[in-house]
Amino acid sequence: MSAAEALVMPAPAAKPSDPLLRLAGLGKAYGPVTVLSDVDLDIGAGEIHAIIGENGAGKSTLMRLISGHVKPTTGTIALAGEQIVFPNPAAAEHAGIALVHQEILLADGLSVAENLFLGREITRNGIVDDRAMEAIAAERLADLGCTASPRDLVRQLPIAQRQLVQIARALLEDHRLVIFDEPTAVLTTTEVETLLGIVRGLRDRGVAILYISHRLNEVEALADRITVLRDGKMIGTYDAAAVTQEDMARLMVGRELAMLYPPKRGTSSQAPVLEIDHLSVPGFVHDASLVARPGEVLGLGGMIGAGRTELFEGLLGLRPAKVAEVRVNGKAVRIASVADGVDAGIGYLTEDRKGKGLLLRERLAPNLVLTALSRLHRKPYIEDRLETRELDRAVGEYDIRVRSKRLEAGQLSGGNQQKLLLAKIMMLDPKVVIIDEPTRGIDIGNKSQIYAFIDKLIRAGKACIVISSELQELVGLCDRILVMRAGSIVAEFAGDQITEQAVVLAATSGGSKPAAGGPSQ
Amino acid sequence: MTEITAQPAREPLLARINWVDVGPFIALGVLLLAGVLINPDFLSPTNITNVVTRSAFIAIIAVGATFVISSGGLDLSVGSMTAFVTGIMIMFMNAMVPAMGANSIIAGMALVLCVGALCGLFNGLIVTVGKIEPFIVTLGTMGIFRALITFMSDGGNIPLDRSLREPFRPVYYGNLLGIPIPILVSVVVALVGAFILYKTKFGRRCAAVGANEEVARFSGISVGRVRTLAFVIQGICVAIAAICYVPRLGAATPTTGSLWELQVITAVVIGGTALRGGKGRIWGTVAGAVILEMIANLMVLSNFISEYLVAAVQGVIIIIAMLVQRFSKQP
Repeated sequence: MSAAEALVMPAPAAKPSDPLLRLAGLGKAYGPVTVLSDVDLDIGAGEIHAIIGENGAGKSTLMRLISGHVKPTTGTIALAGEQIVFPNPAAAEHAGIALVHQEILLADGLSVAENLFLGREITRNGIVDDRAMEAIAAERLADLGCTASPRDLVRQLPIAQRQLVQIARALLEDHRLVIFDEPTAVLTTTEVETLLGIVRGLRDRGVAILYISHRLNEVEALADRITVLRDGKMIGTYDAAAVTQEDMARLMVGRELAMLYPPKRGTSSQAPVLEIDHLSVPGFVHDASLVARPGEVLGLGGMIGAGRTELFEGLLGLRPAKVAEVRVNGKAVRIASVADGVDAGIGYLTEDRKGKGLLLRERLAPNLVLTALSRLHRKPYIEDRLETRELDRAVGEYDIRVRSKRLEAGQLSGGNQQKLLLAKIMMLDPKVVIIDEPTRGIDIGNKSQIYAFIDKLIRAGKACIVISSELQELVGLCDRILVMRAGSIVAEFAGDQITEQAVVLAATSGGSKPAAGGPSQ
Repeated sequence: MTEITAQPAREPLLARINWVDVGPFIALGVLLLAGVLINPDFLSPTNITNVVTRSAFIAIIAVGATFVISSGGLDLSVGSMTAFVTGIMIMFMNAMVPAMGANSIIAGMALVLCVGALCGLFNGLIVTVGKIEPFIVTLGTMGIFRALITFMSDGGNIPLDRSLREPFRPVYYGNLLGIPIPILVSVVVALVGAFILYKTKFGRRCAAVGANEEVARFSGISVGRVRTLAFVIQGICVAIAAICYVPRLGAATPTTGSLWELQVITAVVIGGTALRGGKGRIWGTVAGAVILEMIANLMVLSNFISEYLVAAVQGVIIIIAMLVQRFSKQP
């Protein structure tokens, strides 16, 4: 047990006399890869039990095991004392277990009411009774503080409303256990408050709640007990009253945070390499301006949906955008496509490495050189030996751990995929590197390596912009931070001003406007 | 997530074979074997040469279709397009006879290549600029090309000028060192196709666009340009097939190339190219075209299945090919 863990004693074994759900030695492995092992957990009726852990700690796997989406490879699940194996999610739901997914899983083209009752429509004489369903839907939505009408198409709703619809769907029937998987990621503060009230209401009615969240303040406000997962292992279960947010963070990370990040470089006063003047992306970004300088990591914080990703996708012509002027090294450039951006010296590393970054069924070398095809191959045909050489170089330089260089990109772990993607962008020798969620879903060892790479490229005279939803990462890594809220850049912090609290405040409630001159200086 | 790659280090040899890759060639071998057992004449040089020669048209067009399909598109118009460009070519050659004599064949060939490329460009631009599903676009142009040839021939046929038949004849019936010209042409087309698809940046981009359009876009690839070019290559392949086809029939009719689109797509799919796009398999496509023709030939030579069921057997083959793709080891 490390020093961090010793700070907090695990809760005494005072378990509820008859746990609703008991997990014993539960684990899951995919082939030789163990993603979760040895989880022992009791959840009683009328208890809010929070599960916390970093990305990749195994939280989602645990939820999917309990809700019947995947089957455990070891251990058992017992519901009300009875050992069970769910063949599919429907069986779990039938047993009274509901899962509110992190991703929005609704049928876009159907109405809110139709979505709520999908697969369990109310019928009268064999004909679907829209009126009855819409009446119930309206009632349930009002309970949740959702302003959508039952007849609205889900497609037309903003993402927060969709999430509420999804929650309403999960709560439509009475359940014994409701699992919330990061339910508040896309909600605003007031919506979060309403949701927390609902969760407490469920508990008071005797429903057991499993609540997964990144937001430690929510966990502290809500949970009766807290279980910490790290790297696929259970660290312990603690009484919520006995742990502070700081304790939770330490338990999750398992080592001193300071060691994870390279020393900061301080704000830079060099001439800007990238200047964006008045960029707007209809529906997402309103009049954003920023400058990036060599020698510093510029962070972009804010809630999911604040428009951070859209800002840079707009910059690179990946979605319709208007911009007054973009300058690279002081010279105005016109960027209508990623290719233009590459020519101008801007490299963008997407947050969605599986969907937009890598060809998962393609081998490593073609992935590595895809953007740089024309730079690498000067002859009219492809020379395999050049690609082999580049792959060898990248594997060494970025410490991409591969068993064989003939693997496909999809066979790499998340961390190694991310390093491959970084190598792919760096092949273009960009002046500015924009990295969207640099460490999403990768383990801590790879994280610290990625941070070291970012530090290295800054020290090599490049500029780097990091978009991150992980507060800790922003605060630990960045020399200057811009915060976006609802499509606008609302605050800027540098040096000692950078604290988690300041960034959160600015991201959620306005917080401090930049003192003078606006963020674009 | 644990930092181990999700695959055991060693696998038995059998499990390492990619059945999608070798499948078409195994099927071809099995067919040859079955052919010998059914009818000893099957393996005679004349018969085999005939079968392969007849499969050349589908093979040539299917090489083009491999580009379109691997870039994530689909072209249903190739059969009608064959008829249309054949009609244009014959009318042009006939019109040029008084001025150029037999040289009008050369001029006609040059023209039909351009017309084919333009037809492909037309399809490609509607798909990429109009942002319409290729299935719908080419369903439309399929009807357009078919109607145009029917109109041009006034419902009858457009015969090649008598004076051109003799000089044009060798393009189908001739041979070089004993190998019929259509076979040589399809081998050359496949070689060039394989080079473009596997050894050029365009080919690499083609596969990337088909495998994941978003990744391609985020990698700075002009998705529209790549897709359009794939349709142009398809058009050129159709024109090449038309050139080989004219001496055999000597005319263009409203039924020329009828239902070829289905045979072409079948050849591509049983050749191992995924219909949803991604990596194209040129040689598998060629094998697929030969398999289709060979099945038809075997059914004619054998007595226990009616040749009226040729299409049914081909249909069974395509379903089996899809099942092999579906259940074979997908890394």
